[in-house]
Amino acid sequence: MGKFVIPVGPQHPALEEPESFSLMLEGERVAAANVTLGYNHRGIEKACESRTYIQDIYLLERICGICSHAHSTCYVQTVEDVAGLEVPKRALYIRSLIGELERVHSHLLWLGIAGHEIGFESLFMYSWKDREVVMDILELLTGNRVNYGMNTVGGVRRDITPEQAQDVLKALVILEEKTKYYIQLANEEVTLIDRLQGVGRLSKEDVLKYGATGPVMRAAGVSRDIRKDDPYAAYGELDFEVITDTHADVLGRTVVRVKELMESYKMIRQILKQMPDGPITVRAPKKIPAGEAVSRYEAPRGEDIHYLRSDGTDKPDRVKVRAPTLANLAAISNMLEGGYLADVPIVIAAIDPCFSCTDRAIKVVNASGGESMFDWEGLRRYSIDWYRKQGIDMKGTKLSRGED
Amino acid sequence: MLEKENQVLSELAGKFDCLSGKGVVPAQRRIFLDVPEEIFPDVLKYARNELKFVQLCTITGLDAGDCFQFIYHIADDEGTLLNLKRSVPKDHAVITSVLDSYNGAIFYERELEDLLGVKVEGLPEGRHYPLPDNWPQGQYPQRKDWDPESLSQIK
Repeated sequence: MGKFVIPVGPQHPALEEPESFSLMLEGERVAAANVTLGYNHRGIEKACESRTYIQDIYLLERICGICSHAHSTCYVQTVEDVAGLEVPKRALYIRSLIGELERVHSHLLWLGIAGHEIGFESLFMYSWKDREVVMDILELLTGNRVNYGMNTVGGVRRDITPEQAQDVLKALVILEEKTKYYIQLANEEVTLIDRLQGVGRLSKEDVLKYGATGPVMRAAGVSRDIRKDDPYAAYGELDFEVITDTHADVLGRTVVRVKELMESYKMIRQILKQMPDGPITVRAPKKIPAGEAVSRYEAPRGEDIHYLRSDGTDKPDRVKVRAPTLANLAAISNMLEGGYLADVPIVIAAIDPCFSCTDRAIKVVNASGGESMFDWEGLRRYSIDWYRKQGIDMKGTKLSRGED
Repeated sequence: MLEKENQVLSELAGKFDCLSGKGVVPAQRRIFLDVPEEIFPDVLKYARNELKFVQLCTITGLDAGDCFQFIYHIADDEGTLLNLKRSVPKDHAVITSVLDSYNGAIFYERELEDLLGVKVEGLPEGRHYPLPDNWPQGQYPQRKDWDPESLSQIK
């Protein structure tokens, strides 16, 4: 059978992010795959060298729209290490709290995307609806849905009030119930299992060989997790399990992520219960003494690592970042080869490469120049009315809010 | 405290005499070690195969003024991070690839070539990472003397 090569991208076959693939096909099977990256390179590491340590927190937080807290935490940990700062315990707990809430929203987001990629649109709708519960909590605690701005050198910028803690606990009840359903789905739903099993396989040997990380790695039975192996923030004092699976395919990655949600809820409950009173920040110097430090963080997609070298001024000499997706992309060819062309989008999506999603309000500008804003409630009203005009009435269905 | 870290350093010093007394342990699970360029590949292989630092987290390349420095951040399964440093002179910026020990190193090494302009011997031919294919030759953004303005003068 003849072989031919098709280019896919730089428009991403699954998500709104640029990367390009060159796929050599043999019939419908992928015989070889090559990936080209770098379309989103923004020179952030270089830019850090001309900004102060404080400014860099906000710059680095914007590396990723999903793992924003991961990057800012990983970075401030290096600065605190070099400066020899003892961060108050309460601040460490708050960092872990936001970190776990971030993981919950990230995993639920991924679940929806995975549903979409395999044509399971109701899974997409359900999990993104449920994700709004945690997004609201993040907004309540930090003022924003992503890019929380919680970290500063020496601690965190906002405290958690007892009322907020109660709201988090209430949200957990809803999230836990929904997540149990997703776990059942991943374990029992035949259509889902048949669609994902054996797709995008990456064996344990290859995971270790290529250095894959996060849920991709744990789905192949490798029990590594920075929160356990190299504990930071409050993780050393929390009781949780590292979730692994042995499928070593997209199904395994799904199972690991949905089960990790339950571990996150467990940790959030412990954090709220054990969080000590006290200050949330220590005074940090503007100029950081010369030195170097490396910090590791278990982001939703795997290990995030930051290196810092300082030279005694108020600006870093070098900041180096490796986000988890880069580690997983080294193994992507291996996951694609031997599979079907039609599986390419879900296999790529299953490593959960990240993109930004901060929009929520929609601004409508009409031709006459007038503007109007839709808030969440207005947008929901509008959509219900629109569907009603098409003859579809949502009233009394599970989709209308409050009845489910 | 720090037993594991000191154990790693003494095993490395036991195997390679010139490494004795060179390591720094600034914190728990963190080891920094300067390695002479001649023995770097052997030290890395020893750390990988004998001391089980099986994960390459990333490679940091930096412009250290009079030389280029590279830090290989390697980790074992117990969470210890060994940071091995090698340096090469700027007028002979050539290092050997570590792909034979760490298959996942390909993007990290391409990044060193693109951003610092160092030659990594043993790296297979391939596309740029992370700079675009039409990036002008001889422009290495991670060097301290690089000026972004120089790009506008090229066009």
